[in-house]
Amino acid sequence: MSNSLYNEIINEHNLRPYHKRALENANYTLEGVNPSCGDEITLELFIEDGIIKDAAYEGEGCAISQASADIMADMVIGKTLDEAIHLSDLFLKMIKEGVSEEELEELEEAGILESVSHMPARVKCAVLGWRTMKELIEPLKDNN
Amino acid sequence: MLQLDDKIRDRFSLIKNAHVAYLDNGATTQKPDCVLKAVEKYYNEENANPMRGIYELSVAATDAYENARAAAAEFINAGDASEIVFTRNASESVNLIAYSYGMSQVNEGDEIIVSTAEHHSNLLPWKHVAEVKKAKVVFYDPEPDGEFDIDKLSTLLSDKTKIVAITQVSNVIGRINDIKAISKLVHEKGAVLVVDGAQAIAHIRVNVKDLGADFYVFSGHKMYAPMGIGVMYGRKEFLEKMPPFLFGGEMIESVTKERTTYAEVPHKFEAGTVNVGGAVGLHAAMDFIKQYGFEQIVARENMLTSVALDGMREMPYVDIIGGDMVCNHHGIVAFRVEGVHPHDVAQIFADAGVCVRAGHHCAEPLHRYLAQFAGTRINSSTRMSIAMYNTVSEVERFLDVLSSIRGLMGLS
Ligand SMILES: Cc1ncc(COP(=O)(O)O)c(C=O)c1O
Repeated sequence: MSNSLYNEIINEHNLRPYHKRALENANYTLEGVNPSCGDEITLELFIEDGIIKDAAYEGEGCAISQASADIMADMVIGKTLDEAIHLSDLFLKMIKEGVSEEELEELEEAGILESVSHMPARVKCAVLGWRTMKELIEPLKDNN
Repeated sequence: MLQLDDKIRDRFSLIKNAHVAYLDNGATTQKPDCVLKAVEKYYNEENANPMRGIYELSVAATDAYENARAAAAEFINAGDASEIVFTRNASESVNLIAYSYGMSQVNEGDEIIVSTAEHHSNLLPWKHVAEVKKAKVVFYDPEPDGEFDIDKLSTLLSDKTKIVAITQVSNVIGRINDIKAISKLVHEKGAVLVVDGAQAIAHIRVNVKDLGADFYVFSGHKMYAPMGIGVMYGRKEFLEKMPPFLFGGEMIESVTKERTTYAEVPHKFEAGTVNVGGAVGLHAAMDFIKQYGFEQIVARENMLTSVALDGMREMPYVDIIGGDMVCNHHGIVAFRVEGVHPHDVAQIFADAGVCVRAGHHCAEPLHRYLAQFAGTRINSSTRMSIAMYNTVSEVERFLDVLSSIRGLMGLS
């Protein structure tokens, strides 16, 4: 039985997430839910001088939603708000319409979720963390 | 009587040609060719707007529709064909009862008892009635194993209880509820019993009189008929007193500028042009079921369920909702796989060509309620559901995939 979606990387992020924890010095928090299947995450960020210094999340949901959030947290640490938003836009583009080779490379590990673009039922799971991240930091851009 | 065996599959074009194992029959069943042919024949040979025309075609259409009504009455042993109201589906049937009977009979301070196992279709209409009428919805919880304790119902019933709404077979637990005993208690208190038969109607013989149901609802599409036709059975004494739910053509006796006299039941509840094609399809589906008979259907579905449960019992990481005895499941087996989210479970099944359903199955309160006993925060499950055309090899294919899931997810 072949299964492209549940590869080692996804399973690893789902079973042994690096960033699934409470963030004590978090200064920004947002809850994201996927009402159609009940996936939920609470995203916590520590942002200083316009840079995401630390990111973590807690939640409950399918492997796709949790692994995607874990990968997202991993990737945005150390990024400016603009860079993080750009990554989120790229990720959504990859899922919704597809991206170029270069763009896929830019998405690093998140690129392994590309096959979700052919699975309409799983799109919402995959984008949950990224969408929540963007929603959380977009309003902050002007203040920083 | 036809013998029920794997040959039944030849009567379903979709099943015959499909490479997947279709085990989502609780959501909707496939349709046999004879049902589709009956609908086609109706449209090819008898179609006209029923009830209206004096010409022959319209009479034929009216006959086709009313014959379907009579067949439905016989199928569930209603007292009279006029106790059968055609709707779109079980959901619309409950809405009809809620808007018409509920809104006219429930008053401030009254109570409506609804079981915690209800599909949202037999819950939300009652919540709405309670909200509008300032009445209260009282929840009747099952035991952790899915059984309803009749004594518990006695303690919930009171003089304030106007309506009790409960499913005959839960779409998650699969257990059959003792409607007869429930009906006795409900009637002792002078309340009215609404039974959701959506998951029972294709799997067990239903006898509304024997059950003591005042209202009984089901959808055609879960019993081999087309989508878009459903039934609301109501005892005539109630139907006659109930106000219409939808207004329009064909539901009146006479209309003047000042006054409207409504048509007799059941037409009072069937405003507008009705779904004759759907009713004809439902009629054919009932005939189809009768060709095999419930004795054979129950025996085959139980045999398939027991193959599934035997296999699942061997997998300690599989938690079956509602007990692992065959007699507790009527074609429905919902379960959790330890450490794997139901959506991932269903995805792996889908990739392997097995159609099962994941989620809360429109029974969110039940999943939240059951999750506390299972010690999980996951408010959903995966469900496989059987119909009479499923086979042992399909169930074995299901078990094969099930046993591979934890490995695929990186768990041992
Ligand atoms: C127990 C139960 N009641 C009601 C319904 C609603 O049926 P429908 O969607 O056909 O109205 C369903 C179907 O999902 C069900 O399983």
